[in-house]
Amino acid sequence: MVSLVLRSGGWFVVALLAFLALAFSADTGFAIHMGIVMLAALITMWVTMSGADYGSIARGILRMPADQSRYDDDPIRWGVIAIMFWGLAGFLAGLYIALQLAFPVLNLGLEWTTFGRLRPLHTSAVIFAFGGNALIATSFYVVQRTCRARLAFPALARFVFWGYQLFIVLAATGYLLGITEAREYAEPEWYVDLWLTVVWVSYLAVFVGTIVKRKEPHIYVANWFFLSFILTVAMLHLVNNLSMPVSLLGSKSYAAFSGVQDALTQWWYGHNAVGFFLTAGFLGMMYYFVPKQAERPVYSYRLSIIHFWSLIFLYIWAGPHHLHYTALPDWAQTMGMVFSVMLWMPSWGGMINGLMTLNGAWDKIRTDPIIRMMVMALAFYGMSTFEGPMLSIKAVNSLSHYTDWTVGHVHSGALGWNGMITFAAVYYMAPRLWNRQRLYSLRMVNWHFWLSTVGIVLYAASMWVAGIMQGLMWREYGADGYLVYSFAEVVSAMFPMYVIRAAGGVLYLSGAILMAYNVWMTIAGHLREEKPMTETPYNEAADRPLVVAPAE
Amino acid sequence: MIDYHLLREFADSWGLLFMLLTFLVLIGWTFLPGSRERHHDAANMIFDEAKSLDKERDNVQ
Amino acid sequence: MSTITENHKKLERNVTLLGVFAFLAVIIGGLVEIVPLFWVKNTVEKVEGMRPYTPLELAGRNIYMREGCYNCHSQMVRPFRDEVERYGHYSLAAESMYDHPFQWGSKRTGPDLARVGGRYSDEWHVQHLIDPRSVVPESIMPPYAFLAERELKAGDMTKHLTALSRVGVPYSEKDIEQANADLAAQADPEADTDDLLARYPKAQARDFDGNPGKLTEMDALVAYMQMLGTLVDFKAAEAQEQPR
Repeated sequence: MVSLVLRSGGWFVVALLAFLALAFSADTGFAIHMGIVMLAALITMWVTMSGADYGSIARGILRMPADQSRYDDDPIRWGVIAIMFWGLAGFLAGLYIALQLAFPVLNLGLEWTTFGRLRPLHTSAVIFAFGGNALIATSFYVVQRTCRARLAFPALARFVFWGYQLFIVLAATGYLLGITEAREYAEPEWYVDLWLTVVWVSYLAVFVGTIVKRKEPHIYVANWFFLSFILTVAMLHLVNNLSMPVSLLGSKSYAAFSGVQDALTQWWYGHNAVGFFLTAGFLGMMYYFVPKQAERPVYSYRLSIIHFWSLIFLYIWAGPHHLHYTALPDWAQTMGMVFSVMLWMPSWGGMINGLMTLNGAWDKIRTDPIIRMMVMALAFYGMSTFEGPMLSIKAVNSLSHYTDWTVGHVHSGALGWNGMITFAAVYYMAPRLWNRQRLYSLRMVNWHFWLSTVGIVLYAASMWVAGIMQGLMWREYGADGYLVYSFAEVVSAMFPMYVIRAAGGVLYLSGAILMAYNVWMTIAGHLREEKPMTETPYNEAADRPLVVAPAE
Repeated sequence: MIDYHLLREFADSWGLLFMLLTFLVLIGWTFLPGSRERHHDAANMIFDEAKSLDKERDNVQ
Repeated sequence: MSTITENHKKLERNVTLLGVFAFLAVIIGGLVEIVPLFWVKNTVEKVEGMRPYTPLELAGRNIYMREGCYNCHSQMVRPFRDEVERYGHYSLAAESMYDHPFQWGSKRTGPDLARVGGRYSDEWHVQHLIDPRSVVPESIMPPYAFLAERELKAGDMTKHLTALSRVGVPYSEKDIEQANADLAAQADPEADTDDLLARYPKAQARDFDGNPGKLTEMDALVAYMQMLGTLVDFKAAEAQEQPR
């Protein structure tokens, strides 16, 4: 009882503080954000106070099986739904801004719907909302099963989930309102950063706590990747977001570093957001879900040890390749390039380790669309980790930097690797989390696979062409010794490429909608009646012993 | 300060040799037979649901 | 070899050790690359002419950041013949030494803006921001007509300058004291700006948006656009440069 009063009182104090901050705020954006925080605190207080068994109500709404599983899976079920929701939101935002580049009238002349404000919304929605929820949900799923223990600190695990959603809402509404630190992928302002720090430390506590209370002596390799991802992102987030608020009651802050130092810190962060958020964490997924779905152990456990240490050691050095030929000192650029090229090897080591897990079960690529998705994810991982080192070579970068080639590269990694492995993990988890016999429809998974694959191919190919075209047109000299093209001419030459890219986005989004429907029906407990994906021919007439006719 | 050409020369010669040797040693190491059984157990741990249930029971007792 | 395996076995069974070693592995690269930039003197070679932003330019820069201009425009000219011909002298480290944060950008959906100052008239900028396609038919830039209508509410500029001076921008006490007055004076054709121009050399004081009666967000943004890349005198700077 005392703890109930304390807890709800605590949330009331939070709500009150948010209200005071709202009342005395220096700018409208900050006031709106404090209103959202106050609302969140009041809802949490109400939930705490009314003392109802919200867990069981939620299970009723979501048709979750009532605690039949031994593991604490509620935050993971919520996570799966959040992955679907933010995925659709992020892909839709991406499609919309892609169309804006082809048809600028779609900016609508409103300040909230310009490309400049929607682009951070898209990147954060897909990386942090879709990807982040996927990482939190799968890491909680994997760590429990590989440790054979329930989540440590169950209340804190729920706080991590809901706190992270609040972070996303604050970040996203902030971009629309123009609240931004204006550093790519680190746009949320100082108070949102502080909130994320609190959530992230709680996440680390739940994850490590679960490993500490494990029943298995061995820590499975997937957990190493998840652990290094959580630790490194904490470090990157703290250092890169050091800033000086103008007022404690306003949204604006100024970065602690400036110019060259800020550029290097930012790309040390930015590149390792790719390296640890989008690579190490997702490799954790790969090392659990690929072996489980293939029903074969990981190809080489030793290779995974090498993969892990070399990947995390080398990745952190590669940041300066985002700053080739800028005012960053040459030695730092060169170092970034050398380590980026070296990074190729551990990346492919990991890819080979994942693909070779299917050794002896290659037929599953034909028969199991989920395995096919995983294989395609690994193939795209391999392609983009080859393309990345190539783009980091200074001579190549002099052409590719500032062009759409970079955009295409990022998307072949993000749509191909991160998207596909997440889809596969969700397809794996959904029937198990809701205790269903199987997915609603495997044929829809197959459709999803092809829609996504063709979508990515359109996207990557068009941006590749667009990027090289831009790079070449910008530097083209005529016989008269003058630049041939004005900047505006290069812009208008991009139009067909931007349309093809948007078409790729339509396909990818359609696949995701199909997935949302499929998962929804799975949760609802339906099974689609459909022809199985493969049929082994069976001839009953021939299925009998050869009877040798007795000699007459 | 360290010059691009200096680093480039190093990367083209001794650096390249060093990286190649490291690469070969690491690849060789993955195929060495030592602790193969333990690694087999670690890799198969995610499948041994029945076995670990027994273990858990042992731990409780 | 087997000792490596044996030692690694310990890591595989102890989450604290695993965490410590993983953290060591990821911290080395950052330390080696980032820390020297703060200690090595020649990272940012001093260049004649660099000064902190005036309050109006700073307010304009904040609008530039708010609208996410960095998503499509770089402010970093690389030392290539075509870029130098297209945009002007390649960017020096010192030119962004007061940029908290830096706005070098990573994508040129639109052209580089590091040296856009003085290239176009104020009228061109205003018209271009209100309706980009009316001056550049091929442009795919969003329209920013609302900037011209909206009064500039930059907040208390003394607080902004104080925050910046706390992270190392050398604003004088007088700069900070006068910040709000400076903000209004720079875009007011009637105001006495001698003192402002003495403290901020090469600052441009005039009405920027063609609407002298009102201090708008357009005034601030155009003031910022028009000063980009104009501070350094490259005749003098080239003499200082070290051969690389």
